[in-house]
Amino acid sequence: MSATPLLELRGIDKSFGPVQVLRDVAFSAHAGEVTALVGDNGAGKSTLVKCISGIYPTDAGEFHFDGQPVSINSPRDAAALGIEVVYQDLALCDNLDIVQNMFLGREKRSGIVLDEPTMEQMAAETLAGLSVRTVKSLRQHVASLSGGQRQTVAIAKAVLWNSKLVILDEPTAALGVAQTAQVLELVRRLADNGLAVVLISHNMNDVFAVSDRIAALYLGQMVAQVKTTDITHSQVVELITAGRSGNLGLAAEPVSNGAGAAPADTTPGAVR
Amino acid sequence: MTTTVVKKEGPAAVAPTPTVGSHLNNYWRRVRGGDIGALPAVAMLLALCVGFSIARPSFFTAGNFANLFTQGAAVTLIAMGLVFVLLLGEIDLSAGFASGVCAAVLANVVTVLGYPWYVAVLAAVVTGVVIGTVLGLLVAKVGIPSFVVTLAGFLAFQGIVLMLMKEGANISVRDDTLVAIANRNLSPALGWALAAVAVAGYAAVQLLRHHNRAARGLLTDPIAVVVARIAGLAVILGAAVYVLNLERSRNVLVVSLKGVPIVVPIIALLLVAWTFVLQRTSYGRHVYAVGGNAEAARRAGISVDRIRVSVFVICSTMAAVGGIVAASRANSVDPNTGGSNVLLYAVGAAVIGGTSLFGGKGRVLDAVLGGAVVAVIDNGMGLMGYSSGVKYVVTGVVLLAAATIDALSRRRAAATGTR
Repeated sequence: MSATPLLELRGIDKSFGPVQVLRDVAFSAHAGEVTALVGDNGAGKSTLVKCISGIYPTDAGEFHFDGQPVSINSPRDAAALGIEVVYQDLALCDNLDIVQNMFLGREKRSGIVLDEPTMEQMAAETLAGLSVRTVKSLRQHVASLSGGQRQTVAIAKAVLWNSKLVILDEPTAALGVAQTAQVLELVRRLADNGLAVVLISHNMNDVFAVSDRIAALYLGQMVAQVKTTDITHSQVVELITAGRSGNLGLAAEPVSNGAGAAPADTTPGAVR
Repeated sequence: MTTTVVKKEGPAAVAPTPTVGSHLNNYWRRVRGGDIGALPAVAMLLALCVGFSIARPSFFTAGNFANLFTQGAAVTLIAMGLVFVLLLGEIDLSAGFASGVCAAVLANVVTVLGYPWYVAVLAAVVTGVVIGTVLGLLVAKVGIPSFVVTLAGFLAFQGIVLMLMKEGANISVRDDTLVAIANRNLSPALGWALAAVAVAGYAAVQLLRHHNRAARGLLTDPIAVVVARIAGLAVILGAAVYVLNLERSRNVLVVSLKGVPIVVPIIALLLVAWTFVLQRTSYGRHVYAVGGNAEAARRAGISVDRIRVSVFVICSTMAAVGGIVAASRANSVDPNTGGSNVLLYAVGAAVIGGTSLFGGKGRVLDAVLGGAVVAVIDNGMGLMGYSSGVKYVVTGVVLLAAATIDALSRRRAAATGTR
């Protein structure tokens, strides 16, 4: 699609004490595309996301947003750039309704009084823009919503603020078949609306259903970032579990990075 | 109006326009789903009033009706502050004796030191703010469970009252303005005027809101429901003012006793003000959010610690107001002011009214409704001639019953997914 990625990371290193969690990671996300971020447990997906969203500072590496070099030092910086993260636990208040949740912490006011009609209207427009028809009333408590509806509200909350990049952390992990389909449809629509979407998932069916690109992390290294159409199901699984597949990944000539990191160097951590 | 279900175009039309029937239907469904709100309190209030009226005809008199307000005022005011603490799922066991400390400060400033009444009231309220700040900081910043912090406060404040009272002597409060708060009445005309202002204000707010939402194409409650609410308030206020304006002196030649007790508009004003804060400001929204899911609130950029401190400040400040009213009613302050059953009555009032002990659910109105139930029990049992031992047991059982209803409705709500 667009020549310059919306978000581009280069050479990201991150250690927690003696443990190096991210090693020279490069990652890019394009506007209008869904980029799936895959990897086994402990591969560094969550750490990478937390670096992007400003929760963790990085040890080394550069961020480019819209072609400009930026530094993200706090969640506030990330939000100012238009980066929103939907975490796995959604962070919704059960005792508040949909509108109240979507505007939590950023309420619209006129004077000191909450401007409920404006908030309700904006919420309705956002949900309509995402073609969400599954919620009955915007004034129902989140407690009464199904898992898929909650996920929808959390995603809509992230989209409400003219965000440009939305990161979804396993949005379908706890959902049934029908609800998973709904949420994936919504993810696809976000990208079609021009947002850059990063989807973290363990589910290969989901990944192949909606993503345009797949980025695979293996033990803290980005082993491949390729178009979804250029890769097969089993190749992705090999990348996740072994860090290489055919000429992709660590063993062959490094495709993008992971320079000099032979698989033998990393095997001590890979005995599982 | 009653049969047409119009599907409007536009983003807001995610649900059909509600009719009176569907409105009632929705309400009934919420109740069945465990979102019972103030229903138990209202039912209990009606049942108690009918029961006591049959058992003791003297319960059902204008004089006793007026007594209920002055008897329940202090507990109701303390309960209004407690609602904020309970909304976060915390508890303030020291609220009773905090009101005692504030009342003792009031009495010392006005009687012993001889300052005017407004200085004394200010001193009492400031004392409340200081107490609340200390408790709140200990809970939010140090991280001690509120149960322990306020239990320690409960003991310590009891001691402070004793020290302020010079080891047990009581201090009388003779200032006319202070005594008037709980012992004098508004003139009948002023009572009617205030009731009219209240109804007109409520009607204006409700109709304006309905108009604004309709103009923007948002879902509105049916206009019939809005009008019914306004009419309901008008009937209740009208009946109350009418009864309170009846002559209740036993001997009119000696002294005439009629009108709305002054403490009633004070409670009403605070009810409106705190309800506004909770329902219509972002601060109130954040209180509910922290009570519902503190982690979500934190991620939304809300300063959870600041909210936590603030609710303890509000609670202790309202306890100070309750203490002032209690001092006014007794014409004096003694070491037991704010002690014995005051705290449990106040917690009971909030919970009976429908405020959850688990946090996230409750309204200031709950404190007033629950306070009325507690006042009726206390007053009715007194008229029946039961000993205070029986009164304690019954009030304890009622508190337990309210907490049981809270826990059960919560479980039902979890099962049906409405809360």
